[in-house]
Amino acid sequence: MKKQVKFGVGIGVIVASMGFLAWLGYGESKTYYHTIAELPTLTGAAKGQRMRVGGTVAPGSIHRLSGRIDFVLEGEGKTLPVSYIGSDPLPDTFVDKSQALVEGHPSPDGRFVAEVVQAKCASKYEAAPGGSGGAVASSPQRSSM
Amino acid sequence: MDVFGSFALVLAFVCAVYAFGGGIAAIFTRHPLLIKSTRQAGMATCGLIFVATFSLEYLFFSDNFSNAYVVAHSNRDLSTFYKIAALWSGQEGSLLFWSFLLAVYVLSVLVTYRNKNGELMPYVGVVMAGVQIFFLTLNNFVASPFKALASPGADGVMNYVARADGSGLNPLLQYPEMVIHPPNLYSGYTGFTIPFAFALGALLARYPGEKWIHLTRKWTMIAWMFQSMGILLGAHWAYAVLGWGGYWGWDPVENASFLPWLTGTAFLHSVMMQEKRGMMKVWNVWLVFSTFLLCILGTFLTRSGIVSSVHAFAQSSIGSWFVGFLVLIITVCFGAYLKNRDYLKSENQLDAIVSRESSFLFNNLILLVSCIAILSGTLFPVFSEWITGNRISVGAPFFNKVNIPIGLLLLFLTGVGPLLAWRKTSTESLKRNFGWPLGIGLVAGVIALVFGFREIYSWVCLILCVFVASTVGLEFYRGAKVIRARAGASFLASAVDLTLRNTRRYGGYIVHVGMVFVFIGLAGAAFNRDLQKDMQVGQTMQIGPYTLLLQGFDSKPEKNYTAQRMNVEVLRDKKPLMMLYPEKRHFSTNEQNGTMVAIYSTLKEDLYVVYAGDSPETNLPVLHAYLNPLVKWIWLGGAVVVFGTLVAMLPNRRAVLVLAGAPQPAAQPLAHGLTPSVTLREGHD
Repeated sequence: MKKQVKFGVGIGVIVASMGFLAWLGYGESKTYYHTIAELPTLTGAAKGQRMRVGGTVAPGSIHRLSGRIDFVLEGEGKTLPVSYIGSDPLPDTFVDKSQALVEGHPSPDGRFVAEVVQAKCASKYEAAPGGSGGAVASSPQRSSM
Repeated sequence: MDVFGSFALVLAFVCAVYAFGGGIAAIFTRHPLLIKSTRQAGMATCGLIFVATFSLEYLFFSDNFSNAYVVAHSNRDLSTFYKIAALWSGQEGSLLFWSFLLAVYVLSVLVTYRNKNGELMPYVGVVMAGVQIFFLTLNNFVASPFKALASPGADGVMNYVARADGSGLNPLLQYPEMVIHPPNLYSGYTGFTIPFAFALGALLARYPGEKWIHLTRKWTMIAWMFQSMGILLGAHWAYAVLGWGGYWGWDPVENASFLPWLTGTAFLHSVMMQEKRGMMKVWNVWLVFSTFLLCILGTFLTRSGIVSSVHAFAQSSIGSWFVGFLVLIITVCFGAYLKNRDYLKSENQLDAIVSRESSFLFNNLILLVSCIAILSGTLFPVFSEWITGNRISVGAPFFNKVNIPIGLLLLFLTGVGPLLAWRKTSTESLKRNFGWPLGIGLVAGVIALVFGFREIYSWVCLILCVFVASTVGLEFYRGAKVIRARAGASFLASAVDLTLRNTRRYGGYIVHVGMVFVFIGLAGAAFNRDLQKDMQVGQTMQIGPYTLLLQGFDSKPEKNYTAQRMNVEVLRDKKPLMMLYPEKRHFSTNEQNGTMVAIYSTLKEDLYVVYAGDSPETNLPVLHAYLNPLVKWIWLGGAVVVFGTLVAMLPNRRAVLVLAGAPQPAAQPLAHGLTPSVTLREGHD
């Protein structure tokens, strides 16, 4: 019986400590998905959370300024002005009309401050969904097959 | 040719259905002719899939732009090399390629065991045919790569139309690794079908003994090797193409490929418990089942885009098919297990906490914890949406927090496990086996501290790497010394001889050394640096010991794209070292851009240079330079892992001469892994 207890304790310690670390990591990195339309409806604590918002880059809206890049995301008939302040260069797929996902916080003046931008080129020759899945479709800055 | 290909696919489907249905009938009737005909139907299925795949390749090579898939993924100027790769660059082709690789495995199994294991093979054949039916259903009815472009004519009849040229291959995929990475990864994914088919078949047939484990060992190792290579090649592709200076971003698709690797690795270790001690039978069966399920899940995640980091992208209908298939497999596995679980009864119990068994147990436990953590992190957006209505994702900190300690623990066990004795290890043998390696590891740690090493995880990793490498070195040294004493050969020749006598054990050690290299490379990431600067011609920037001088610019028109290159001279200690040419590529066929990173790679560090576009303020080109220490060790480690796996698959060479009269080591549990006689032991470790 003593043996089983020893194993139990060993296993328990490993699982519990990993669970604790997972919980810490979760708190540090959890990110909420919201649509552009949802953003103005958020209240209280929900506004301060780290979040991801997806949309289409409005044609002609990309302005490269010093220290940041401004552009406008469109989706569901609404628009969202975004300032990208991250240090990584934007992906090659980030152009007018591309689909983009921005990650960051909304600021009080209504702009969205993004630290990460992922983008996918709107496919010119294919109907968008289901066409070219996998690596081709989801080729944001940091993905691979 | 497209009609030819789709006809072959339909026939393949019919044959697979016959192999499945006829196989079940054969199991019940035991009619020899029926068994034979279903086996041959299985082979025919594979042959027809080959025909379909080659005819799609033919469409690519003949620039047949009336086929929708070819139009979407190729163009006339695409080089031959990438026309091969275009096959798996999209949804439909990838799924056909899955079927193709699976067919290679299935055919090999059917041919290899055509006259052997008569009791078991019909079951295995049925399971394999079942998996093939699923993929052939997708190939035929859900995502056919043979759709022709057609438009309704004036009379309302659909007419074929052909484009003058295709829209070209995605620039991100026009990179050598993209030609070899998917085949490797897919060979891993598909390869785990074979151990799965044997495990399920043996369970259904109540096939006696551990024979299915012996039969599948090599198949599992082949799949595992391809999976390892696929993951590392993918990481290298991300490193060399995406231009963000890293190789692993905990992206859902990356995670998906890593999950079956974790359970597959656990399986490769825990089977030894079953072979040696008749333990963990239930566990092993479920590990194989889970590995296969995770392979299907991985394909599903890659193909369906359900948790794609950019969640609005490419949500395709194919997902529901995969979910259905996953549910079906789980049901079948669970049913088979409930029905025949008495057949999986363990013969032994764990004896002591410091023993080989317990090291395997903990190895399995932490691999599984890691797998569960990554799986839940990857699927978190899906489940949180179901449960709370909010779609929440977790990022790199979550994955790193859990997996770095797990990796270190695993590394520790890599050093300790193989040298612990079965059943129980004495303190005496612990001292003999681990005294020196532990000492050397700690000395390395102290030296690192003196030299200003302050990253705790990397520091622990360094100590463990030195420790594990020393234990393996000591094993080779002790074994080779004995052979050398008896045979008088050189030390190196003795070590080779030693390895060939027990390939499984020493091949395994080589794999462990490869993993140590990988860990060395991963530990380097704590010291990454990067710098970004707008550069005028003639200007320099300094990163680490390197001075980067922008000499000029040029434009290089290639057949399929135009490249803007920065000509960067690298100087070290004011002496010219080499030229680097980071590029921006523009592909005119599909108006897309690509980045080509330039890397100067040494064992000490990588100098990684990206042309990051032009600065909006100054209009000057921006040079982004990274200094990433030790990255090369990861790729080197991958090569060593592959080599070790190949060694472990070799048959043992009989050591008749030296074996004669050797004392039996089993009498002394103390002596395990220490004394000369141990190297002469039969079997595998």
